[in-house]
Amino acid sequence: MSSKNLFLRGLKDGFPICLGYLSVSFAFGIFAVSSGLSVWQVIMISMANVTSAGQLAGVPIIAAGLPLIEMVLTQFVINLRYSLMSVSLSQKLSPRVKLLHRFVMAFCVTDEIFAVAISQKDEVETPYFLGLMTSPFWGWTIGTALGALAGDILPEMVVSALGIALYSMFVAIIIPPSKKNHSVALCCLLAMVLSSAFYYIPVLSKVSSGIAIIICALVSGLLFAAIAPIPDEKGQEEKKKEVPA
Amino acid sequence: MIRTDVFFLYLLVMAGVTYLIRALPLVLCREKIENRFIRSFLYYIPYAVLSAMTIPAIFYSTGYLISALLGLAVAVILSFMEKKLLTVAIGACCTVFIVECVMKFLV
Repeated sequence: MSSKNLFLRGLKDGFPICLGYLSVSFAFGIFAVSSGLSVWQVIMISMANVTSAGQLAGVPIIAAGLPLIEMVLTQFVINLRYSLMSVSLSQKLSPRVKLLHRFVMAFCVTDEIFAVAISQKDEVETPYFLGLMTSPFWGWTIGTALGALAGDILPEMVVSALGIALYSMFVAIIIPPSKKNHSVALCCLLAMVLSSAFYYIPVLSKVSSGIAIIICALVSGLLFAAIAPIPDEKGQEEKKKEVPA
Repeated sequence: MIRTDVFFLYLLVMAGVTYLIRALPLVLCREKIENRFIRSFLYYIPYAVLSAMTIPAIFYSTGYLISALLGLAVAVILSFMEKKLLTVAIGACCTVFIVECVMKFLV
């Protein structure tokens, strides 16, 4: 297949992801502006990061002016899963993919783009991946811009209703695998209990939210990796995972 | 409002860390991670992160606790039915909107 056809095929495969991103980033835009950031700052965050959970955790850190080390640790822990995806993806790439291309592709390793790329029958070529990442990137950016602008215009009740959008999507990501795998369910439950403890227990609530999320996630993840390791089937669990960015 | 230079410092750190996490394995690593503990940890971590981010923050994500709780309930039900992310989000948002309209009407 020619480079042009590969690019177009990628573009087509990426379009459904773009639609999903429009709505998620719209909610992010509203959230970030209501946290006190300006519209252009919010748009720049989306263009530079392209990751929902990381951005959602990063905005309060910027807004509150917390130490930079918290930003480093939060982004590191929350986005750590991308390193696993990048490892898998590196083996799916065609030998024709140049080193420089890998640096470009890395920018858009999100859960959905990874899931689509890794489910291809053939090795992934550079034009295909570039096509695949194009519309989701712009969907993410434009959705953020619209949300950031709309946050100022929309009536308070609509903004209030949209405030739950991102969190409800997280619920939608957590629950299906929890239904099938009780270890995932218990791991989620533990993280929720710990996170609530950090919020409601007076002494613990002094810990900033970014650090609290890291502690909750690390404790839950490490514990369940130790007591309920995943089956040793190579390449299976990456495909099963459909976690959005 | 955050000072522009301070904002760019945060942005640089945030985007830099995020990018390096994605780029370094893609560029350097050509082998699959064999260590079962690390693979298990990387498998659980996204769910643990999202859980910790959602609870209890979702309770305070709307105008009223009661609208957030009902929105969450709808999100949980739709997720159990394995509806698409977008469907779940729209369901939760509409629930919150309706509940808050009713509350405005009653008060």
